[in-house]
Amino acid sequence: MNFPILSTLIFLPLISSFFIFVSKEQKKSYSPIYISLFGSVATFLLSLFLWYSLDINSSDFQFIEEKSWINNFIKFKLGVDGISVLFIVLTTFITPICIVSCINSVRDRVREFLIAILILETFMIGVFCSLDLVIFYLFFEAGLIPMFLIIGVWGGPKRVYSAFKFFLFTLLGSVLMLVAIIVIYWLTGTTDITRIYEIQIPQEYQNLLWLAFFSSFAVKTPMWPVHTWLPDAHVEAPTAGSVILAAILLKMAGYGFLRFSIPMFPIASEFFTPLIYFLSIVAIIYTSLVALMQDDMKKLIAYSSVAHMGYVTLGIFTLTKQGIEGSIYQMISHGLISAALFLCVGVVYDRLHSRLISTYGGLVNYLPKYSFLFLVFALAALGLPGTTGFLGEFLILTGTFQKSYFVALLATFGVVLGAAYMLWLTKRVIFGKTNNTEIKSLKDINKTEISMLAALAFFVIFFGFYPMPLIETLNVSVDNLINNYEQSINNISLVKND
Amino acid sequence: MEYAIIFLPLIGCIIGYLGRSLTKFFSEITTSLFVSISAILSIIVFWQGIQSSKYGNYIIFKWVSSGNFIANWSINIDPLSSVMLVVVTFVSALVHIYSIGYMSQDPHKPRFMSYLSLFTFSMLALVVSDNFLQLFFGWEGVGLCSYLLIGFWYKKESANNAAIKAFIVNRVGDFGLAIGIFLIFFYFGSINFKEVFQLAPQLIDKKFLFLGFETSLITLICLFLFIGAMGKSAQFLLHTWLPDAMEGPTPVSALIHAATMVTAGVFLVVRCSPLFEYSQTILNLVTIVGMITAVFAASVALVQNDIKKIVAYSTCSQLGYMFFAAGVGAYHVAMFHLFTHAFFKALLFLGSGSVIHAFKDEQDIRNMGGVRKKLPYTYLFMLIGTLALTGFPFLSGFYSKDAIIEFAYLSNSSLGNYVVIIGILTAFLTSIYSWRLFFKTFHGTYNNKTIPINETHESPIVMLLPLFLLAIGAIFSGFIFKEILIGHHSKEFWQSSVFFLEEIKHDHIPFWFLLLTPVIVVIAIPLSFYYFISNTKIIESFKNTNLPLYNFLLNKWYIDELYELIFVKPSKKIGSFFWRKIDLGTIDRFGPDGISKLVKIVSNKAGKFQSGFIYDYAFVMLIGLSILLTYLILN
Repeated sequence: MNFPILSTLIFLPLISSFFIFVSKEQKKSYSPIYISLFGSVATFLLSLFLWYSLDINSSDFQFIEEKSWINNFIKFKLGVDGISVLFIVLTTFITPICIVSCINSVRDRVREFLIAILILETFMIGVFCSLDLVIFYLFFEAGLIPMFLIIGVWGGPKRVYSAFKFFLFTLLGSVLMLVAIIVIYWLTGTTDITRIYEIQIPQEYQNLLWLAFFSSFAVKTPMWPVHTWLPDAHVEAPTAGSVILAAILLKMAGYGFLRFSIPMFPIASEFFTPLIYFLSIVAIIYTSLVALMQDDMKKLIAYSSVAHMGYVTLGIFTLTKQGIEGSIYQMISHGLISAALFLCVGVVYDRLHSRLISTYGGLVNYLPKYSFLFLVFALAALGLPGTTGFLGEFLILTGTFQKSYFVALLATFGVVLGAAYMLWLTKRVIFGKTNNTEIKSLKDINKTEISMLAALAFFVIFFGFYPMPLIETLNVSVDNLINNYEQSINNISLVKND
Repeated sequence: MEYAIIFLPLIGCIIGYLGRSLTKFFSEITTSLFVSISAILSIIVFWQGIQSSKYGNYIIFKWVSSGNFIANWSINIDPLSSVMLVVVTFVSALVHIYSIGYMSQDPHKPRFMSYLSLFTFSMLALVVSDNFLQLFFGWEGVGLCSYLLIGFWYKKESANNAAIKAFIVNRVGDFGLAIGIFLIFFYFGSINFKEVFQLAPQLIDKKFLFLGFETSLITLICLFLFIGAMGKSAQFLLHTWLPDAMEGPTPVSALIHAATMVTAGVFLVVRCSPLFEYSQTILNLVTIVGMITAVFAASVALVQNDIKKIVAYSTCSQLGYMFFAAGVGAYHVAMFHLFTHAFFKALLFLGSGSVIHAFKDEQDIRNMGGVRKKLPYTYLFMLIGTLALTGFPFLSGFYSKDAIIEFAYLSNSSLGNYVVIIGILTAFLTSIYSWRLFFKTFHGTYNNKTIPINETHESPIVMLLPLFLLAIGAIFSGFIFKEILIGHHSKEFWQSSVFFLEEIKHDHIPFWFLLLTPVIVVIAIPLSFYYFISNTKIIESFKNTNLPLYNFLLNKWYIDELYELIFVKPSKKIGSFFWRKIDLGTIDRFGPDGISKLVKIVSNKAGKFQSGFIYDYAFVMLIGLSILLTYLILN
């Protein structure tokens, strides 16, 4: 029996959170931050090892672990392929950064906060590893609880409203997914994903099941018009919460589309493509315009996230190689960039306790290092070539163009709007005159802040110039996904022709 | 060597900025030195190219590969890119050196020098690309540097706005370029120049249904590529950012907004000549847009008072020249004009910078005048620049501009005839506004009220040296390179990098026609001296009688106001409407908030129902029973 690397990966954060829990003494050397940092960095290194040892020339699931959980019903089955490994690495990379950010931004109940974050990490890794629908569902939904607490306990003044809104929206979608999972079990007699892939789900059920999964993923993505929870959640969440929410939780939906909707319901996926296109385009144009008018930094970035995720859903459902690879790349890229932007907001929020754009202005005079990094991320967010933000969008649009030039035309126009709101934000926050006298006494970012932002900036630029490590990892798995999809579509049309 | 040309500016940018605190002049010297070396190497590469016609394509590493969407980081040296290399690195090196003097008082000089070097790198990445994606990288990269440099004085509100405007208007152009690239990839299955251009002849007859119109595929591709070129090269309708970009420091205007970045559009059209040649429709469009821009910008330049804005509109107008040259199929002449223009326009900008420096940041030519004795060198260099720009015989502008008009004349189409007329008219207007600028700055009476004439001073040697070198270029570049670039044997130089569907004609041109433009240009000199210096009253009264026309020109045909009205304000309004009325007013109100409110109301009602009194319950039971009975009886 091989070393159960995936289970270790999942439960390592949980174990470290347990250590924090038992460590009652608040001695300096024993402080919870160090334990959690140690645990999360170990997880990160382990995930890098996983990535390294993954055979990227095979499209099969690897490192499979299988244990019977409830007899003849649910198996605890884990496994990764080229797509999911990237999300795991993203998760384990962002978590330590979040923990570092707590040093400056979380003042009370630090221990509990760290425990919540680590438990959340466990669930998130679990989502990306599970190969069983029920296990997936459990991890997927369990993630809500720590996030709900992070917003509800450590959030801003309107935290309770936001936490409930977040919970209600996401739960509503998920209930339908649960029903769908039960139906799938009833139809196929298994909840093992790899086996469901092999069994074609009857055509007449596909549309309804697809919609049920869609309702859950659409809320999580979030797609228009169920996106309104996101700005509120972001605004009230503490910095680390916003970072995880934007960088990882939103990606679960994109991952879900790739892992479940398309391979399990290929026919429905094809059927509903126009719907996805429509909603994605609305998300891109509409939320970009809304973002233009925001006066709260976090809200602006939240709306820009919706727009960026619009590109992701668009790319996934082009079902072309460029589109899907672009989408996954865009998700990774957005994970890094949005995390960085929320951290940037967090940095100034810790100093002045305001998220309003009008509070700031002329920061570059007093916080030059901060301003430089902010500018880098703003430019990455608007898709400047040489940063990760560009290539994802460009590949997605290339893919889209092959399906519908009209959709691609509209989506490309979003790029112009993206530049508008991002540069306008930068101008109002970083450049211009300093009207607020408090800014003059601010200190530039300290070493911990620099280290986390610089780490993100490094990867944003590195993968912008040299994305091949990511794309090569994806290559075979994406090919496989598209081949299977096209095969099932062809089979159907063959049957029809007969 | 080719690697060194491209990467030296980048290394200079990074080292220069990181080592800024080492010694006082560290970053200035590092960046200038590195770019200068790069310039010398480029000239060597260019010279070797002329001598041996040997070029190469160097692949650095693979950038992206997704399916057959493959792009490499590459250095592709061919005749076209070697010309661009010389222009970019040479002007850039001089601008670097000039900036040492010009920016000497600025506390952020290291940052400025790094931006300049970064710009140089991006521009080089653009010109040496062997595929559309790297071209796009350079394309947006220069846009970024332009944004950073226009907004360099970030405390100025106007500079910030100009920077954003430049970036966003350019993004509109980039939108076109991106669509063009998607189209190319979709139909050609490649984004590599060589492969695409080889396939082009096979796809001539391909039709494409676009928004209900059936057009040829190549036409459509060229249309979108040209939209990209229009944005970068500030052609009519997408030109609005260029005059505003003058908010940046003057060396920036010389490098980015005169000699290099703005010519990227022309470069793109020439680079894609194997596509454009197959679409007469778009070539005509290129010609028409070029003509409109040339006349429009020249007409606006006539009445502007800001010394840099006049030169900026002049740049716009000269870019128009390059485009209509390309439009009539004379790509090599367009490149030749690009080449000479880089020298004299950079000279004019840096000369204006020297004047502005002398007047302590005064830019209004109404507040200048009569300083030719105080600024003798600047006066001389500006004179050379102006003569070259107007096309005074035997200076560089004369060769390139006349060549454009001659080629248009030879093209023998009806559009070609219009080009001739517009070309000559614009040449005349160019002379008028150039001499107006020149005379008002250096001749006449001294008009500045804030600075006494004795305090104006000549610029330091570090600023005059680049001017001197550019002046040499402005005088001789036309004469020396005429034969190589546009002469009878120019095809041997350009090889396949510029594509001509038909052989270029070298027919005999009537002698009177050859004389026409130079004569007009020369006549314009005393004319403008008379009207702008000796007898200003005529112009004044003309202005007063034609006030609407004057205002129309002064306000740049009101195009900025029009855009504000139809683009900027509506998008803000729509954004606000979406947010307040739809997100908050509809989705939230009837979605989560509505549901939770409904639940609350219903549960309140249900709660009240549980009153705890027996007679309430008995009453409800009675009602229920009677309904049940009624139902049973009726059945």
